[in-house]
Amino acid sequence: MKIKSLLLGAIASTALAPAAMAERGSDGTVNIIYWQAPSIMTPYLSGGTKDIEASSLVLEPLGRYDPDGNLVPFLAEEIPTVENGGVSADLTSITWKLKPGLKWSDGSPVTSADPVFTAEYCMHPEGGCAQLSKYDGVKSVEALDDLTVKVTFERPMPNPYGPFMGAQSPILQKAQFQNCLGAKAPECTEANFAPIGTGPFVVDEFRPNDVITLSANPNYRDPAKPAFAKVNFKGGGDATAAGRAVLETGEYDYAWNLQLAPEVIAQMAAAGKGVPVSAFGTLVERIEMNLTDPSSSLPDDIRATREAPHPILSDLRVRKALSMAIDRNLLTEIGYGQAGRATCNLVPAPARYASPNTDCLTQDIEGAKALLEEAGWKVGAGGVREKDGMKLKLLYQTSTNAVRQDFQALIKQWWSEIGVETELRNISGSVFFGGDPGSPDTFQKFYADVEMYANNFDGTDPQAYLSMYRCGNEPKPSSQWQGENINRFCDPEYDKLLDELARTGELEKRGEIAIRLNEMLTKDSYTIVPLVDRGRVSAHSNTLGGVKLNTWDSELWNAADWYRIK
Amino acid sequence: MTDKDRLVPDEGLAPASTAVPAAGTLEEFTKPPQSQWREVWHQFKSHKGALYGGLLFLVIILWVYLGPLLWDLDPTKIDIRARNQGPSLAHPFGTDQLGRDTFSRMMAGGKTSVSVGITAMLLALGLGSLVGVLAGFFKRLDGLLMRLTDLFLALPLLPLLLVMMLLFRDPLNAAFGPEQGIFILIVVSIGVTSWMPTARIVRGDVLAIKEREFVLAARSIGTTNTKMILRHILPNVLSPIMVSATLGIATAIITESSLSFLGLGFPPDFPTWGRLLFDATDYLQQYPERVFWPGLAISLTVLSVNYLGDGLRDALDPRIRGR
Amino acid sequence: MLTFTVRRLVLAVPTLLFISLVLFLLLEFAPGDPMAQVPLTVPPEVKEKMREALGLGQPAHIRFWKWLVQFFWIEPQVLVDHIFGTSFSAGDLRVISWQTRSPVMDIVIQRIPQTLWVVGTAYVVGVLIALPIGIYSAYRQYSWFDQTGTFVSMIGFSVPPFFSGVLVIVVFSVNLGWFPSIYDTTHKVVDWDSFMIQLRQMIMPVMVLALQITAQISRFMRASMLDNLNQDYVRTARAKGLGERAVVLVHVLRNSMIPVVTVIALGVPSIFGGAIITEQVFKVNGIGQLLIGAIQANDLPMVQTLTFIFAVLIVLFNLIADVLYGLLDPRIRYD
Repeated sequence: MKIKSLLLGAIASTALAPAAMAERGSDGTVNIIYWQAPSIMTPYLSGGTKDIEASSLVLEPLGRYDPDGNLVPFLAEEIPTVENGGVSADLTSITWKLKPGLKWSDGSPVTSADPVFTAEYCMHPEGGCAQLSKYDGVKSVEALDDLTVKVTFERPMPNPYGPFMGAQSPILQKAQFQNCLGAKAPECTEANFAPIGTGPFVVDEFRPNDVITLSANPNYRDPAKPAFAKVNFKGGGDATAAGRAVLETGEYDYAWNLQLAPEVIAQMAAAGKGVPVSAFGTLVERIEMNLTDPSSSLPDDIRATREAPHPILSDLRVRKALSMAIDRNLLTEIGYGQAGRATCNLVPAPARYASPNTDCLTQDIEGAKALLEEAGWKVGAGGVREKDGMKLKLLYQTSTNAVRQDFQALIKQWWSEIGVETELRNISGSVFFGGDPGSPDTFQKFYADVEMYANNFDGTDPQAYLSMYRCGNEPKPSSQWQGENINRFCDPEYDKLLDELARTGELEKRGEIAIRLNEMLTKDSYTIVPLVDRGRVSAHSNTLGGVKLNTWDSELWNAADWYRIK
Repeated sequence: MTDKDRLVPDEGLAPASTAVPAAGTLEEFTKPPQSQWREVWHQFKSHKGALYGGLLFLVIILWVYLGPLLWDLDPTKIDIRARNQGPSLAHPFGTDQLGRDTFSRMMAGGKTSVSVGITAMLLALGLGSLVGVLAGFFKRLDGLLMRLTDLFLALPLLPLLLVMMLLFRDPLNAAFGPEQGIFILIVVSIGVTSWMPTARIVRGDVLAIKEREFVLAARSIGTTNTKMILRHILPNVLSPIMVSATLGIATAIITESSLSFLGLGFPPDFPTWGRLLFDATDYLQQYPERVFWPGLAISLTVLSVNYLGDGLRDALDPRIRGR
Repeated sequence: MLTFTVRRLVLAVPTLLFISLVLFLLLEFAPGDPMAQVPLTVPPEVKEKMREALGLGQPAHIRFWKWLVQFFWIEPQVLVDHIFGTSFSAGDLRVISWQTRSPVMDIVIQRIPQTLWVVGTAYVVGVLIALPIGIYSAYRQYSWFDQTGTFVSMIGFSVPPFFSGVLVIVVFSVNLGWFPSIYDTTHKVVDWDSFMIQLRQMIMPVMVLALQITAQISRFMRASMLDNLNQDYVRTARAKGLGERAVVLVHVLRNSMIPVVTVIALGVPSIFGGAIITEQVFKVNGIGQLLIGAIQANDLPMVQTLTFIFAVLIVLFNLIADVLYGLLDPRIRYD
């Protein structure tokens, strides 16, 4: 016994050598800058990434994803699985056990009533909870005893880790939020700005869209953590300024999401005050092909709906040729550098779900030309191809963003080489990504031939993501242009396979099906033309230790372990 | 203060009566009477600032409009192997991050920026002067027009532009083609959202001027309102209008660039000076020359218009003319 | 003049109500969606529910009426409660921002200090520099002082703050390390040392803003002075033997102030409106940043409230300018 604990101690002290020295609050203040300023401290009332990440300093879920996408317990004793009996064999329920002795930052104990309440809070029909989809299919959440919570689903859930898992669905304190249910949720300003949590820090002052000041949680479960006594969390400005403050002037310790040209980051890093770090998740920049006709000459109820197939892009050969003309490696080099990888897949990770397809990575202008010839598009006046009196002319739209405009320019040039004329349009992100059915410029309405943006999925399971392309899920006038099947893709085979995925619990098999689905959208049909697997670049100063960049959860997931290198 | 110093402003103290240029030399007395506009031109061309300003302005116009005929590199042509190059014979201003020739982009951008700047400025100036003069001169219109000005001052620019884009982009595109359509839209939106200061300033001056003796005199000899405004009021409010013009050009060029990066401006493959400057700001430390050229071009254009305006104002001022 | 002021103040009420209606309709009509910044991973059905929770399902006229009641009836009560410790407003719903789900006025009040520190100071500094420059440039027209002034102010005005701001940051923060590049809004001035820190952090944004303001106002001042220096009354005044200083600084200046007063009055509301780009560049997070953020997030209650306060200030200061015209030039009559 003694030897064992000695050994354990030795291992711990070698593994955590710098951190082990620290005691709570001994390292002063850590300065974090997010160029998008958080507006609220709970992920339930705002889906914005900035808000989710800021609140992860205070609020914790039962389990998180680690940088490799594995599930690790936080407030739970362990991650429930079918093997350890936590998940029922028929996949219809999951039972979480809380760590004993946990305390909220106000000193009261954490009990199973809190997760039960959290589920009730988010599933309230009038609350407008942003993370409602995490509680999709939940039939009931009940407390079995003070430390045990059982979630029962309406149907078998191959991925039961929606509720209470990841930065999107942390546990709220029942005592603080119990009068904030439903329509009252927005009235609880104080609770929304300074929630009581179990995380390493507590909010001292929250200035919406500006600064958050936090200090170490006196009741944090590890008495030696966090090493920092204070957090100064500044928001606002732009990515360049944030990068500069960490890498060049050293005023700040951590800067989030530096979407900057690779050479700009390299120049800043050369100042030697900090280092950029990058990691990959599931974010893929892609070109989406419109399979329906967006022509303004069509009546409003038919325009860009499945009743009007696209006159040019309905032909697989044209879509394939457009994809072949693109040099993805060059795009990556110019736009993202170390923080990007050329990809042919919609689902680039985790490895189990990623297709090995790399066919698209080599640019083939001649092949693309031949394919267009074969499809009947002959070179006409001004080098633009024509068929039956129609010019091969496309409208290519995206949101306003320096890298995207560079991509547009490059791709326009390659397409002009194969005889495709391209008109470019960029739209302010607040309009493009908004769902205003009255605006012609939203990405859902897709009043263009091709459009470019990036998307990803929460957590590590791509089922919901792939289900977006189900037949009937497309934006259309009858659904107020809401819908996720942006391309208006419709293939009964695909839908059948999706149903199979929803029934399959075995991970191996799920991987196979997901890969097949991914290929049906990409290399078989070129409905979606993935370009770059975009990593996340953040930066920390040379004196900030313990940063492990995580793209599967909040970047600040392990802020409790951060310390000052002296 | 020395005597010499004191003399300087006195030189400007020509008599108010314009019939006889009292400060003129004997030579001028003997000259046959000239038409008013010839005198204006005479004064204008003898104004050193105006001359250099005009010359500079002409050079800029020629460069952006005729330059592309001589320098026929396509401003949107990407040469990825030649990116981020410094100045060379092939690319006198270097190339940008995609290997596009900065020299030809500057000319193409100038064409857009100068046309947008001048047209939008003229529109704003016209609207502003009209509203200002009407409001200042006719008491009945004052209340209504000034409340309208207050309303326009209060409108937030961005949502207003979004609405204009929503309503007019497609009809204008259909009628004039995408490039012309967006040009008209941008010029009108900048013009319509920037006339209010001019209107307020002009009105303020008109309010004061119309109470002066010479207006009373003109009215007593039966001058009509139209004549009164054109001959007596307008020339006297010319100097604030000229200042507004100079500042207006700069504002229009900059506003256009903010429209572009909000996604409301020209298509992204359409360079403008404002946008070149904005894009280059990120590369300020690596490639300082990239911000230098568009910054210089905008400044020179504004400066040249400023001196032109100064010259024009002096030339149109009968008290200074003939000095 | 008093009856004029009173009449205008009374008239301001319907004007402002009309402006608020126009603002509301404009925002209503502008494309945009408060859910635009929510990640695409949140499904559309959930977003629809969130919109309903924001009250977007209600018809427009009801929402406008609600805003009117909240802004003109409930918010003043809150203010009274705050001052006198009463509880008139207890339980009433205030104007709530869609982004933060908190009362808009609280955030506005939170933003006023940094806005006044930076934009207000810049305005005062700008005006104080501009007036003497304008006066002297006109008095010595085409002297080297005038030429330099013209050149500098024109360059200053043509260089947009998104560039000049970054330039001063690179020079003074990155290369020289004199000033912080990020403004700390939580900093409190309590003694001399903390005042020096405040000074250091506001010097760059004030510099950038003041350059623009100086350029603009000094040009108008100069032009107006030039117009007046040639007038007959100046010659008369000099002939009377009045000192040069009195002629220029009393007679000419007073008569030249009308356009300058207009420009200054137009600019004062914009102090409150903040300087959107400069605030963004230096992370001052004042009211300008609040407004642009709200516009980008389609936070309509916030945009409506901010633009309306802005409209009140515009109407007020234009009225003040009109009154000042009468004082500067007694011949101007409004009755």
